[in-house]
Amino acid sequence: MSAMSEIEAVQPYEEQFSLARFARSNGAQLGILGVFFLLWTIFIVSAPETFLSPQIYLAFMSTIPFFAIMAMPLTVAVIAGEMDLSFTSIMAIGMVGFMMVHDATNSILLAFLAALLTGLFAGFLNGVIVVQFGIPSLVATIGTQFFWRGAVLVLSEGKNGSLLYAGESLLHPILVGKIGGVFPMQMIWLVIVTVATWVLLNKHRFGAHVYLIGDNEKSARLMGINAGRVRILVFSLVGIVSAFAGVVASMYVTYFWPSLGDGYLLRTLASVFLGGTSVFGGTGTILGTFIGAFIIGAIEAATVAIGLTGFWTQLIYGLIIVASVTMHSYLRRSLK
Amino acid sequence: MTYRIELKNVSKSFGEVQALSGVDFQVGQNEVVGLLGDNGAGKSTLIKILNGFHQPTSGEIYFNGKQVRNLTVQKARRLGVETVYQERALAELQTLWRNIFLGRELSNPLGFMDVRRMKAETHYLMTQSMGFTSSAVTPESPIQTFSGGEKQGVAIVRALYFDADIIILDEPTMGLSLKETRKLINFVHGIRAAGKSAVFIDHNIFHVYSVADRVVVIDRGRVAGEFRCADITLDELMNKMYQIAETGSADGETIEGDSLG
Repeated sequence: MSAMSEIEAVQPYEEQFSLARFARSNGAQLGILGVFFLLWTIFIVSAPETFLSPQIYLAFMSTIPFFAIMAMPLTVAVIAGEMDLSFTSIMAIGMVGFMMVHDATNSILLAFLAALLTGLFAGFLNGVIVVQFGIPSLVATIGTQFFWRGAVLVLSEGKNGSLLYAGESLLHPILVGKIGGVFPMQMIWLVIVTVATWVLLNKHRFGAHVYLIGDNEKSARLMGINAGRVRILVFSLVGIVSAFAGVVASMYVTYFWPSLGDGYLLRTLASVFLGGTSVFGGTGTILGTFIGAFIIGAIEAATVAIGLTGFWTQLIYGLIIVASVTMHSYLRRSLK
Repeated sequence: MTYRIELKNVSKSFGEVQALSGVDFQVGQNEVVGLLGDNGAGKSTLIKILNGFHQPTSGEIYFNGKQVRNLTVQKARRLGVETVYQERALAELQTLWRNIFLGRELSNPLGFMDVRRMKAETHYLMTQSMGFTSSAVTPESPIQTFSGGEKQGVAIVRALYFDADIIILDEPTMGLSLKETRKLINFVHGIRAAGKSAVFIDHNIFHVYSVADRVVVIDRGRVAGEFRCADITLDELMNKMYQIAETGSADGETIEGDSLG
């Protein structure tokens, strides 16, 4: 019987490095890194002028964060065994909250907080519907996707709106300014969200519980994890980060479109699955999603730079996504 | 004498199904209680009330003579109850260290985990208590590769690590080899030797008789009989079991109103 007092004296355990073990436990991340470098090589060889100049990378860092930021909490949701299809509408409803509070108070700060709170509430509501009413999240969030998009159209009366007032505020350079006139701030925010999500997932109890309920919810509950609470928190996290991404994307164009977020759904989901997160829950990494998002974001530009017409983009997306998830599935089975 | 844990007049129903009715059940200090009964008799419901997974529909729960209300799994674990489930309650894709600390991760008040320490302790437990010597197994190994006995070892070591003094074993010999079963029986003897208590559920009456101080027989949601192993031979116990199975009572008389649902 080991008493706690004995255990206090345990020597720190130093893992001995073994290449085979490293490969086994990081298979998915190494796999997607391999895909990344392979594609990058193909891009450079086929369009050296484009892919050897810094401009294209600055362009990527300016547009990819809009959906990559949301891919981070979405990765957490998928690891927990859940799905969220409503985040694109949450981006827009957050901005409606932003504009309404700005109209009422004339304060950019309050407007920004209102957007985040709106997103938090919408995500929380997803969580409650899934947990309290036992509706599968895929179905529940199809419903809330329509509901929030509908709410956006009703509240905005379908009209676009200029955000010039916000463009002149401090919020604009903080979210989407250019450091030294070149480096986009939204990339910094992507890095912040990525690191914060990584820490949450890997160094915090919450993240440990996310992996556990995604892997085997029954075991997690038997051992005293409040699976419902973890789920509600996961959806709330997706909600608040989506609203944040909505503000960032709207600030970039200093304009509000009621269709904000349309077109991000599949790219964001593809980033998560490309990165090796399993749709069955229990496994997945933030680094994988980060790389996945850059692959997704680069394909469009690369297709054109290589000299193919834009019509090819979707076909190439499809090929790379199918090939990558097949690779992940193969790696999962063979690296056990 | 105060009991380490006591249920008084506990009933539990799931919708229309009355799983337990008016059960009194005690576990003494340093006592191993064997729980016998047919499938569906209510054994699993009973232990899941003891460890806080189910809340009783009515009745009271006492720890060391003090009533505890709204018992949850977290609360019960803090009060020293650990359960080794039949299905082992492990997360197969996760690493060994995550499974050992499942639901009770070592973390600071803000919830940030001490991953280094958890890995170190797992390594210590692996080599000292679980008998993993192969270098292929590390705290980072996902447990889906382990054998049935090894997984059982993980579930048991987890119960011990948190210094539980009431260990509930739910059909722990299920799916184990003969050798692993003997190891498990020795382990239950070890629980008593260490001054702790246990509730041991098994289909196999021989296993229960050989480790328990007292046997409680559950039948159709009620306590149908209770015997001190010192006062009864194995043959007598088996006869009582047949009697209970047929009549619902150890005395050969049908318990009043035992017709259920």
